[in-house]
Amino acid sequence: MPPADADRTVTPFPVGLWEQPQPSVPGEAADDAVQRIRVPASITYRYTPGAAPTRFLRGLAGKRILGEKDPVNGDVYVPPRGMSPIVGLPTTEQVELPDRGTLSAFCVVHIGFGVNAPPTPFVSALVLLDGAAVSLYGTLLEIPIEEVRIGMRVQAVWVDDDQLEPSFESIRYWKPLDEPDVAAELLKGHM
Amino acid sequence: MAPTRDVAIVSFAQTTHRRAVPELNEVELIQPVIREALDAIGATISDIGFTCSGSSDYLAGQAFSFVMTLDAVGAYPPIQESHVEMDGAWALYEAWLKIQSGHADTALVYGYSKASPGDLPRVLSRQLDPYYYGPLWPDSVALAGLQARAMIDAGIIDEAEMAAIAHRSREAARGNPHAQLQGSAPIDELLAAPYLAEPLRRHDCAPITDGGAAVVLAAGDRAREWSKRPAWIRGIDHRIDSHNFGARDLTTSPSTELAAQKAGVAGGPVDVAELHAPFTHQEKILTAALGLSDDTVINPSGGALAANPMMGAGLIRLGEVFKRIESGEANRGVAHATSGHLLQQNLVAVLEGER
Amino acid sequence: MTTDTGGVGEILEAPLVIEYPFNRTTGPVIGAFLTGLREQRVLGIRGADGRVVCPPTEYDPQTGEPLTEMVEVGTEGVVTSWSTVTTPRDGQPLPGHHTLALVRLDGADTAMLHVVDGHVATGDRVRIRWADERQGLITDIAAFEPIRGGA
Repeated sequence: MPPADADRTVTPFPVGLWEQPQPSVPGEAADDAVQRIRVPASITYRYTPGAAPTRFLRGLAGKRILGEKDPVNGDVYVPPRGMSPIVGLPTTEQVELPDRGTLSAFCVVHIGFGVNAPPTPFVSALVLLDGAAVSLYGTLLEIPIEEVRIGMRVQAVWVDDDQLEPSFESIRYWKPLDEPDVAAELLKGHM
Repeated sequence: MAPTRDVAIVSFAQTTHRRAVPELNEVELIQPVIREALDAIGATISDIGFTCSGSSDYLAGQAFSFVMTLDAVGAYPPIQESHVEMDGAWALYEAWLKIQSGHADTALVYGYSKASPGDLPRVLSRQLDPYYYGPLWPDSVALAGLQARAMIDAGIIDEAEMAAIAHRSREAARGNPHAQLQGSAPIDELLAAPYLAEPLRRHDCAPITDGGAAVVLAAGDRAREWSKRPAWIRGIDHRIDSHNFGARDLTTSPSTELAAQKAGVAGGPVDVAELHAPFTHQEKILTAALGLSDDTVINPSGGALAANPMMGAGLIRLGEVFKRIESGEANRGVAHATSGHLLQQNLVAVLEGER
Repeated sequence: MTTDTGGVGEILEAPLVIEYPFNRTTGPVIGAFLTGLREQRVLGIRGADGRVVCPPTEYDPQTGEPLTEMVEVGTEGVVTSWSTVTTPRDGQPLPGHHTLALVRLDGADTAMLHVVDGHVATGDRVRIRWADERQGLITDIAAFEPIRGGA
């Protein structure tokens, strides 16, 4: 079957759109006329994360993962942004979560990026912590890539205690846990 | 464009504006304002047909800021939503069109920013043409100085009159509990201060502000249910002048004049006008372009000179006129919003209460 | 002033640098203008009403008509408006206090934005000071400088 719009007439662009008349230039024509310019722009900000993310980051400095509870349905968000995206009300009650959970999604990365990314290929992962409603982002190591699967159990590997900071980088990566996989149905709604 | 449906502003809320709100992120900053605008009319997000916001990632360096602030709305189950990288006044225009087209009867509109994480006059240089202007990194205050200088050279204004505008605005802001700057030193003291960007002194410039505002729109009887005296949008239009300001007469604003004509400003007396003039001299350009007479009260809130949250200050002008119509203090008013450098783009709305 | 920090104590703050590595195509008109700067000459373009627009635009600022006739203008001109830069910022052409100005070059009918090294007033004449190394950018004009004692 031909595509639905196979008989549609394709009209050309109006004159002036995507084409520009060549200007006449006085004087000698330059043989290497400027056609493109590099104009890099750099802007520096003093970034502040806000109240709820600050509470979360301070928790990481103490090796604790602190989510925040939806005031209506009780879902726990981590990392918290300060708001229940479902009802648009502030989250105020902090909930400490374990540093273990279930792989809810993953991707094998073949093109490196960032200064702290592991050598490629590596596995970037979403981890649904036990008791959380949404997944945390991290990298999964200590397992051959072909063995990675949704539903597998994982645990955080922290930096050494003297390296702990109010930073997401206090969690170095995630590693497999020797526990039975969680059935995919149980991850429904949390992917 | 002539409205085909009667659409009104029925609710308005804004932050108590501050120079910097480092303890809150943008969603934490705007959520109480959105909540206040909805609570004031007893509405929830399920009563809202369309949501539209105005913000810019450049200001705080927060990528996809508008997606994060949707968390403040409670956008689940998924809502009809849109965003403009402009002042919330233009988000209001989009929402008004949506209601005019019959695709919604009610709308929530908000605009906000945190300018404090960056160096605002430098960040704003990124709005400029990237070939001729951008590589020079001209700051927004010096650019505005070129316009003020052109007006002084043309004999349209002088520094004393500019100081008087600053003084009047900030004294008026004493009555505005949301204003960032309330009250002013005497005019002679203002004129004794050093230049920031000659001929502009600090008092000629709007403050740098973290803050935002929210407005609810409704059509027909729903508007009358939600407000004891809705501010009906009788006309609204926005126009733009050339970005090539070296080819423009900087002392006039043809885009404001045309938008005012299309919005029908001259169709009746204007009791109150809220003008988005981030620099004192710009108020004079706008007053002339809008054809306002001495009978019009200009910027009783203090205007942008009292608080200027980027992406919110234009929307606030609409909200301030609404407040005065709803209270019965005014019957017919004009709200103006601007975007870009040197009054590049301008929106004009005529709001009116029922007698 | 004390700040309510939501019970989190001292506010966390980190530097955040956002870089835009823009590489832009110029098109034939801006390209010809920037090529001219590299060769120490300035080009404008004739508008629909015969006025010369400089820096040149592809379309007439008033009518939107495509423009094609580029013309050479002078490297001296007159200040049409000015303001002072008291807090120089990263990326600006001059490091100290200087003047931001609109300059209408001789033979042009519109003004270009640039900086003047020194104090000037509206109506003063200025001339281009070229950058030593020119690469086809607006900053090939290092700055304008005042022409003292009349021209």
